[in-house]
Amino acid sequence: MSPAVWFGEVGASLLAMDWTPAIASKLAPTVFPTGQTESAFAERLPLLLRDAVTGSLPEPWRWLANSLIAIVAIIVIFASLFALLTLAERKILGRVQNRPGPNRTGWGGILQPLADGIKMLTKEDIVPAAADRLLHFLAPVVLLALSIVTFAVIPYGRHLVPVELDAAVLYFFAAGAATELAIFMAGWASRNKYSLLAAMRALAQLISYELPLLLAFVPVVMLAGSLATTGIVAAQGGWLGGVLPHWHVLTPPGFAGFVIFMIAALAESNRSPFDLPEAESELIAGHLTEYSGFKYALFFMAEYLGMCALSGMAVTLFLGGWHAPLAALEFIPSYVWFAVKLLALLLGFIWIRATFPRLRIDQLTRLAWKFLVPLALINLLTGGFWVLTTHWTGGMLVVRWAIALVLVVGPFLALGRQFQARYAPRTYRYA
Amino acid sequence: MLGTGLLKGLAVTAKNFVGSFHDPKRYTTVEYPEQPTKLPENYRNFPFLVFDGEQPIDGLRCVACKICEAECPPQCIYIIPDRDEKGRPTKKPKVFDLDVSVCMSCQICVEVCPFDAIKMDQHFEIATADRFNGLLLHREDLAKSDAYYHSIHPTEAAQVDEILAEAKRKAEAKAKPAAPAAPAAVKPPEPPAPAV
Ligand code: SF4
Ligand code: SF4
Repeated sequence: MSPAVWFGEVGASLLAMDWTPAIASKLAPTVFPTGQTESAFAERLPLLLRDAVTGSLPEPWRWLANSLIAIVAIIVIFASLFALLTLAERKILGRVQNRPGPNRTGWGGILQPLADGIKMLTKEDIVPAAADRLLHFLAPVVLLALSIVTFAVIPYGRHLVPVELDAAVLYFFAAGAATELAIFMAGWASRNKYSLLAAMRALAQLISYELPLLLAFVPVVMLAGSLATTGIVAAQGGWLGGVLPHWHVLTPPGFAGFVIFMIAALAESNRSPFDLPEAESELIAGHLTEYSGFKYALFFMAEYLGMCALSGMAVTLFLGGWHAPLAALEFIPSYVWFAVKLLALLLGFIWIRATFPRLRIDQLTRLAWKFLVPLALINLLTGGFWVLTTHWTGGMLVVRWAIALVLVVGPFLALGRQFQARYAPRTYRYA
Repeated sequence: MLGTGLLKGLAVTAKNFVGSFHDPKRYTTVEYPEQPTKLPENYRNFPFLVFDGEQPIDGLRCVACKICEAECPPQCIYIIPDRDEKGRPTKKPKVFDLDVSVCMSCQICVEVCPFDAIKMDQHFEIATADRFNGLLLHREDLAKSDAYYHSIHPTEAAQVDEILAEAKRKAEAKAKPAAPAAPAAVKPPEPPAPAV
């Protein structure tokens, strides 16, 4: 399927989606979608601000204005988060390598993203003579557009859900998976052997890791009984004795799912240690080789936005979304909790990048097919068991946990032993 | 178990991250223009002229003997000895030019100077907009105090001081017997002890 056709289909399916709940909630700003009764002022603050701007407009225009404000807010917030992330990443990588990182621009390097942006904007935009000009131009646009549309379904706070879809999780992963197609577009359109190789790698990686990524969150959907992000977050509300939240990551299948999800998310967003499509030492800059100036910046931005979106989804699916970790901390607005969790995951991404060397392509696919996919499949079983035994109480609760833990740890140990057999432990001898 | 190596790796990077904030042994970066480093004592680049006392030109140890000029392999030293109004040499250089764009830092001039007048400097920030005159150092630029010499090469300077003191003592000892020669004849020195 050619990318253009594919893009058209996504657009069509977007149009065909049932938008009425979202519209209804936007039309009636005083009725809160999740039906929560108490709503602190801080909690409603973003909505109040929005209504202060659009409140005077007549009905249909108001809906349009509200949607536009939501879009602009998402783009602005995540674009500035992207800028801060690039700086934080370079600073943290520097500190891990015992050097200060960028510290010349502005106060301690704060203005570094601005300087980078100006530099990117003023660079010459080069298109190779033999390139497919249209696709070469479209690739970064499509990539960024697809990265941004995934943000639509993430619940950022109790009342901050841009679009409420019944199959929001499916929508998210459909749009997220399509970003790899844009990378293939870039690689093919550049007419450069390195770009094309990178594009092939990107597809191999996509096919390998899409499966564990999707399988990993199925137990969560089973537990929540819903494919809507709001429903999944609502299912994680409440605390055991006010301290232990009902987050999915704190259940055995949820934890296993979370780990598999994060590994696959690393691969999906082309982050180190799975950044094979742009392996500098082998493929120059992979699919970015023939891109310069602002188009390059768009690719870069899309990579970070994809990382943010996947982290946001991980927060929603496994880490309780916008729910506070303790009942006593609920007075802090829900969107702050979401932001804290999101940042924690993003820092985790950076930490992982600072630690692990890049995998080889055979190691990459081997890890996916021989380890993550079987584990994720077994995790489906664990999830099913966990869902079927929700009514067990008392002594049976211990049995339930024991069986679930065995189902999670047993396959991990067995598969790990088999997985390692030929490769580890390694001894290194220095010449 | 699979994964323990990964956790160990994460612990290493985390330790480095935290350590870089409080452990100077880990965080070794020196931000050069703001924080000058202490150069190692044996570092050398171009020669300079040592002077004693307060007056840079009058106190120069150099006697304009031109040995260094003759020995310098790339011929980057140019000396004109000073003469007083009667045309006698004053044992001072009138012109002492050193072209650092030619000098190859071989230290031969330092080795051959019998008066310990020329030594190797450590001043490396010599970038200039004028590559001809900017890199040609004159007598005034080259004259640097003995204290400066001590500050950059303490060990070597101490040895030089000892040698100079020894030479001075010998010179004085030589000068002395000229006046009171008689007592020396009265009391001959002990014969040296036989070697064992
Ligand atoms: S620096 Fe030393 S060798 Fe050179 S002219 Fe002066 S005294 Fe002679
Ligand atoms: S260091 Fe060597 S090249 Fe430089 S002035 Fe002395 S003798 Fe000449």
